[in-house]
Amino acid sequence: MTTLSLLTTRTWSRLPRRHVPVLATLVLLLVLYGVGVSQYRAFSNIQVIFNVFIDNGFLLVVAVGMTFVILTGGIDLSVGSVVAMTAMVSAFLLREGLPAALVLVIALLIGPTLGFLMGCVIHFFDIQPFIVTLAGMFFARGMCTFISGSSIPITDGFWTRMSQERIGNPSGNFVSISVLIAFAVVAVAAYTLAYTRLGRNVYAIGGNPQSALLMGLPVGRTRIAVYTISGLCAAIGGILLSFYTLSGAPLIAVGMELDVIAAVVIGGTVLTGGSGYVFGTVLGVLVLGVIQTLITFDGSLNSWWTKIVIGGLLFAFILLQRLIGIRYK
Amino acid sequence: MTGSHPVLTMTGISKSFPGVRALDNVDFRLFPGEVHALMGENGAGKSTLIKVLTGVYGTDQGTVTLADEQVSFTGPMQATAAGVSTVFQEVNLCTNLSVAENIFIGREPRRLGAVRWGEMRRQARALLARLDLDIDVNAQLGSYSLAVQQMVAIARAIDIKARVLVLDEPTSSLDAGEVAQLFRVMRQLRDDGIAILFVTHFLDQVYEIADRITVLRNGQLVGEYLTGELPQLGLVEKMIGKELRVLERLDEQPRRAATDRATGTPLLDVHELGRRSAVAPFSLTIHEGEVVGLAGLLGSGRTEVARLLFGADRADHGDVRVQGSPASLRTPVAAIGHGIGFCSENRRAEGIIAELSVRENIILAMQAARGWLRPIPRRRQDELVERYVRALSIRPADPELPVGNLSGGNQQKVLLARWLITEPRLLILDEPTRGIDIGAKTEIQRLVAQLSDGGMAVLFVSAELEEVLRLSHKIAVLRDREMVAQLTNDQDVDADRIMQSIAAGAGHEGVPS
Ligand SMILES: Nc1ncnc2c1ncn2[C@@H]1O[C@H](COP(=O)(O)OP(=O)(O)OP(=O)(O)O)[C@@H](O)[C@H]1O
Ligand SMILES: [Mg+2]
Repeated sequence: MTTLSLLTTRTWSRLPRRHVPVLATLVLLLVLYGVGVSQYRAFSNIQVIFNVFIDNGFLLVVAVGMTFVILTGGIDLSVGSVVAMTAMVSAFLLREGLPAALVLVIALLIGPTLGFLMGCVIHFFDIQPFIVTLAGMFFARGMCTFISGSSIPITDGFWTRMSQERIGNPSGNFVSISVLIAFAVVAVAAYTLAYTRLGRNVYAIGGNPQSALLMGLPVGRTRIAVYTISGLCAAIGGILLSFYTLSGAPLIAVGMELDVIAAVVIGGTVLTGGSGYVFGTVLGVLVLGVIQTLITFDGSLNSWWTKIVIGGLLFAFILLQRLIGIRYK
Repeated sequence: MTGSHPVLTMTGISKSFPGVRALDNVDFRLFPGEVHALMGENGAGKSTLIKVLTGVYGTDQGTVTLADEQVSFTGPMQATAAGVSTVFQEVNLCTNLSVAENIFIGREPRRLGAVRWGEMRRQARALLARLDLDIDVNAQLGSYSLAVQQMVAIARAIDIKARVLVLDEPTSSLDAGEVAQLFRVMRQLRDDGIAILFVTHFLDQVYEIADRITVLRNGQLVGEYLTGELPQLGLVEKMIGKELRVLERLDEQPRRAATDRATGTPLLDVHELGRRSAVAPFSLTIHEGEVVGLAGLLGSGRTEVARLLFGADRADHGDVRVQGSPASLRTPVAAIGHGIGFCSENRRAEGIIAELSVRENIILAMQAARGWLRPIPRRRQDELVERYVRALSIRPADPELPVGNLSGGNQQKVLLARWLITEPRLLILDEPTRGIDIGAKTEIQRLVAQLSDGGMAVLFVSAELEEVLRLSHKIAVLRDREMVAQLTNDQDVDADRIMQSIAAGAGHEGVPS
């Protein structure tokens, strides 16, 4: 009988096209690093890279959560405000004298709860994620100023220890505890996306929500889950930020959601969903961090250059995704 | 199929959409171990009945009983869990995932909650082997043709341990070999006692596989029959509700031997056109008023040839002349500029805009050709649309309905109308009659013949050899992405002859180009 005459439309493409963006980011990162090393002697010190992680650990965690959301084709604009709110609530409760462990639990519950609620509204009322999370963003930011109009310092012992603890060689190269936490989050997220049903459903929904529904996948549940996850990551990010700054301030992390989205997209996740990896997001965050470091090293450049460069990169990467037509529907 | 007890009973089902009564008090039953064909014209309500059964739509009235228990599913997830496994009409898979995942997502083999990728691929390969499909299960589904995607959807459905298997036009883009394979599997499943609900517009397939037939017309039940007791003509009459003159006319239509059209400067003359990994270089001429058929098995490169000629894929070899002067068909815009129209096989991904109305969808290509600054007067739009809605019997015949509300076959007709209306000099039709009922199919074939008589050249791509034979003046045969023969369609060309040249491969023949 007709053994189907091997329908090899794609014998030539040994390298799956969906890997191209991540590889492009990797190349970009190496180029940036190369530029740094060739320009500034101090750049080759490994501590420079460690510092990128130390300074951006919280951003990385939040970006991981955002990756889930964007993979489903959604967006979460509330993360910056949730980060601030979490830091704020922690600082406030600690000042009120609650034990650190309890504060941690409460702070870590707020983000996911808000995320869960937003997910429910998005799913059950079929409202654009953009709108719902915008509302969430205003709500969380409002809560920050409601708690306190000015910044609250943190003096709690646990917090200061987490802030100052250096892992590695205390006099040589080191990372902070936050970096380890961020790596743990990355590992758990990568595993979830690659090896659990929830993770695979996330990709399916991003590919084609209508089909996913007809294939009998729990579309609603998964949607709600990704916003909850994003909320949880934002909460963890908020805690890490409060370790880093040892305070809670109502106007911290304003506009951070945009950096996060930029990192995810530069990391190769397609904004319309269905394609991307957590590993790419790690690279995306590193790219942002290295650019920042380069501009700091230069000293003469205004920090706004960071934004300009990121804008250009974002544009280039979206074009790249378009060109390789990663999205065949 | 014994006198036993039905596994599924649907009683008094009614379902209305705004302005349409899609189902009106319909009864349906399904016995274990039978293949039951659900028949009816485009828009008769077949898919709606299936969607009501699987909980995609709620019912207005009526009850569904599965294995003596009244059920009311909230969606395909619940239905699947209860043992009703479904392939919906349009291929509903995720093209961004791998083939293996598309088969198993939602019920992946796992250990301690972790998906076992290796095991999943192994099982996917085994399952596809059962359907005689040898493809890379790691590849993204979107890199395969619609036909392969359809096979993958079927693989997904038959692997689910189901009591009831529902197949809504699973064979629309398959050719004979795959259909035979599918039927073998269906017979096996039937013999295992699974009840199979099967929708198709191919009457031959119904008589080959179905034990029982239920006919719907305009959302109403016409009746339930044993296949052996209902002759083919009778079935068609029940479906269209009148005596069938259309079909006779089709059979009487003489073979279109008209070699005289292939004279003068060809409208399109391609020389050694090709694209690496898609089609080997081929040469072909198409004259004004000539219908050229493309025959070949699944994956032989039919669609690829069509896409090259339209500039949807870019050729990396060869050259093109349009009416004698060199031309480039590197983009669809260029092709449209040369008066070439292309009706794609993949209507859902590349054609229909579900939210726009029938009228807007039909006018789209014409408006694009004129440029958006010169709107087509509303009167003229209405006139044109009305004409094609009637010519193709698009139902419901309301040009202002969103196309998404139409049945699958009627959407296909809208897409066809879109290109017909632009009156291109060369119209490329890739599987234009897929999923279309016999009445409308005849109409479309007549229209193609009529247009070519009026001077339009047509490249007609179809998996159905009979159709190609009936319409074409010249038939190009493809095999393994290579054009292996071009036959002038005269008295001694028939389906066997074409199958032979497909089998023989290099048996070059006929028209030199
Ligand atoms: N979502 C919807 N909204 C409004 N009307 C609909 C919708 N789905 C189907 N209809 C209408 O219901 C009727 C039956 O459609 P259905 O899809 O069941 O036809 P069908 O028998 O499957 O036809 P085909 O052979 O073309 O697939 C049609 O008139 C169609 O226009
Ligand atoms: Mg249908």
